[in-house]
Amino acid sequence: MYKLFLRSLISVLFLLGFSINANADFKVGFVYVGPTGDHGWTYQHDEGRKAVEAAGIKTTYVESVPEGADAERVIRQLAQSGHDLIFTTSFGYMDPTNKVAKDFPNVKFEHATGYKREHSNVSTYSARFYEGRTLLGHMAGKMTKTNTIGYIASFPIPEVIRGINAMTLAAQKVNPDIKTKIVWVFTWYDPGKESEAAQALIDQGADVIMQHTDSTAPVQVAEKAGVWSFGQASDMQRFAPKSILTSIIDDWAPYYVERSIAARDGTWKQQDTWHGLKEGMVAMAPYNSAMGSDLVKEVEQLQKDLASGKAHSFTGPIYDQKGNILVAEGAVADDGMLAGMNVYVKGVEGDIPQ
Amino acid sequence: MIKIEKRNDVSRSIYLLTPVLAIFLTLFGGGIIFYILGFNPIEALKFFFITPISDLYGLSELLVKATPLCLIAIGLSFCFKSNNWNIGAEGQLIFGGIVGGGVALLLYNHNGFYVLPIIILSGAIGGMIFAIIPAILKTFFNTNEILVSLMLVYVAKLLLDYLVVGPWSNPEGFNFPETRQFSESARMPILFDGLRIHSGIFITLITVFLSWLILYKTYLGFQIKVSGLSLKTAKYAGYKGKTMIIIVFMISGACAGLAGVGEITGPIGQLHRNISPDYGFTAIIVAFLGRLNPVGIIFASLIVALTYLGAETAQIFLQVPKYTGQVFQGMILFFLLGSDYLLFFKIKFLGLKKNEL
Repeated sequence: MYKLFLRSLISVLFLLGFSINANADFKVGFVYVGPTGDHGWTYQHDEGRKAVEAAGIKTTYVESVPEGADAERVIRQLAQSGHDLIFTTSFGYMDPTNKVAKDFPNVKFEHATGYKREHSNVSTYSARFYEGRTLLGHMAGKMTKTNTIGYIASFPIPEVIRGINAMTLAAQKVNPDIKTKIVWVFTWYDPGKESEAAQALIDQGADVIMQHTDSTAPVQVAEKAGVWSFGQASDMQRFAPKSILTSIIDDWAPYYVERSIAARDGTWKQQDTWHGLKEGMVAMAPYNSAMGSDLVKEVEQLQKDLASGKAHSFTGPIYDQKGNILVAEGAVADDGMLAGMNVYVKGVEGDIPQ
Repeated sequence: MIKIEKRNDVSRSIYLLTPVLAIFLTLFGGGIIFYILGFNPIEALKFFFITPISDLYGLSELLVKATPLCLIAIGLSFCFKSNNWNIGAEGQLIFGGIVGGGVALLLYNHNGFYVLPIIILSGAIGGMIFAIIPAILKTFFNTNEILVSLMLVYVAKLLLDYLVVGPWSNPEGFNFPETRQFSESARMPILFDGLRIHSGIFITLITVFLSWLILYKTYLGFQIKVSGLSLKTAKYAGYKGKTMIIIVFMISGACAGLAGVGEITGPIGQLHRNISPDYGFTAIIVAFLGRLNPVGIIFASLIVALTYLGAETAQIFLQVPKYTGQVFQGMILFFLLGSDYLLFFKIKFLGLKKNEL
């Protein structure tokens, strides 16, 4: 009896294993750091996944995966369960992604916002969000009456500092008296902390609020306080219809579809992608008509120029807070400098937390 | 009218069997939930509880996940048995991780056999020190240890945030909030190639054995048990209550600190903001599910660890939300406490008496 049980158990396990192997359908897996309903970062990645699904490719996602010891297991499970391409959509997945990639040379991996590509089956990708920040800065500089712009920042990493600088430079261009006040919240998603930060900035005289965090709390606070704001990652207009001037939209869909099809057809190659307004990875939500049709036209023109390369977010002369020159007159910052940016430009108040 | 009466004769075997009953009720309840969600309940439960451990890698992951839970819960059992409500194991874990991680960074350029033991020891001491705070405040200032230990969790979290963002962040890491990867000699040796199970499991097993020894074979263990059953009796017997409170908190903190240092030198390999997915809180469920008994806690930690793995596989294969795992953990605790209540109290349905109308 016992042997019979054992034998049937083994055969069941064997069949189970076989059925997984026989299922050779092409599948794409996604690992998310937050819930798909955050209306920010993860929400937009999931919109991208839906586009892949709409292109006729099967997808799977795992949400709210902590960036600790659990990430490696989840990525490995996706690789093991027959996924051929895996997108890991948060910085903290960088080391686990590379570790798993080593053990699954036939599976392709795409890691968002990281810089490590230790194996030939790992690509990295990110978006030039700072181009959107330049547009925000232009609008903020024109719209502010108190000459104070409030900025809710997450972590002092180059990506966030780049956004602060791009925004400040653009705002200074249209309004030399501008000051950027920053509150660091040290989180990507915490509605409570974000709304407190927004309120603190408004109390300090900021009448334009922008955020490098993912919840809709800051725009809702701005709506209540009657100040201007900008949405982050997705079009947050419906959460603050009067206050929001526009939103920077992360549009991952074209990239995800392109890479999934490439992996399915065997043309996938390792690369480091950094796309912006030109390719559409960064897009702008409709502009709020409350800012006047002249300003809308200006911003639309600037958007076109940034996309065509006629304008650049970091065009010299650029000075740091102490007045040292960072980028010479007429020159533009190269990608290497942008990728490692760790100083504020002139006009930003306070110090970068160290 | 309903009357609730205390039962005087609760058999020990039933007392030990109720956790098993709770698990079966959870399976049943979970099956119903899956059925309502439109899945075949048997199939769904199989994805949840069998698929994650159907290969060696899965079994190793189960142990990786259960190791810290078991360790913390063992420590907590000392506190809970003696009526000391240490809710802050999460903070003690993080502080142990901070101290251990700090030593690992300090010894970055050393590579002797002594590196890892020093790190582990300092992690345990870190957790211990952090647990002494609520113990001392309780014994000398009569504060409530639930509040103090819980609030200290946030202190530890913010301290870790500060360190990995600022002074300890990786100099080559573009300001990302994490330290550098520890050197190889600061890492727990991996037991099998390709699996993540590491030698931390031996620390856990040794701790379980020592705990059993202390709890059941020593005078201290007897004191702990008596104080848990009746504080007055303990006082009459002349036990030094204050010393005991501090000792149980120290043991509990050391265990949590060990768990923290095991995580950072084991599967993680560095310090960052997410070194623990709330192991310190989940371990409270584990401790009670295991009846505060060392052997029971081993099984409880495996079962609770399985609910985590199951939630992940269920997400991958069934595309149900990640929160199903938390629902399962909640159900286990609910059914355990529910059946405990019925175990110790009986409900009598009495007819209405005339004079009450």
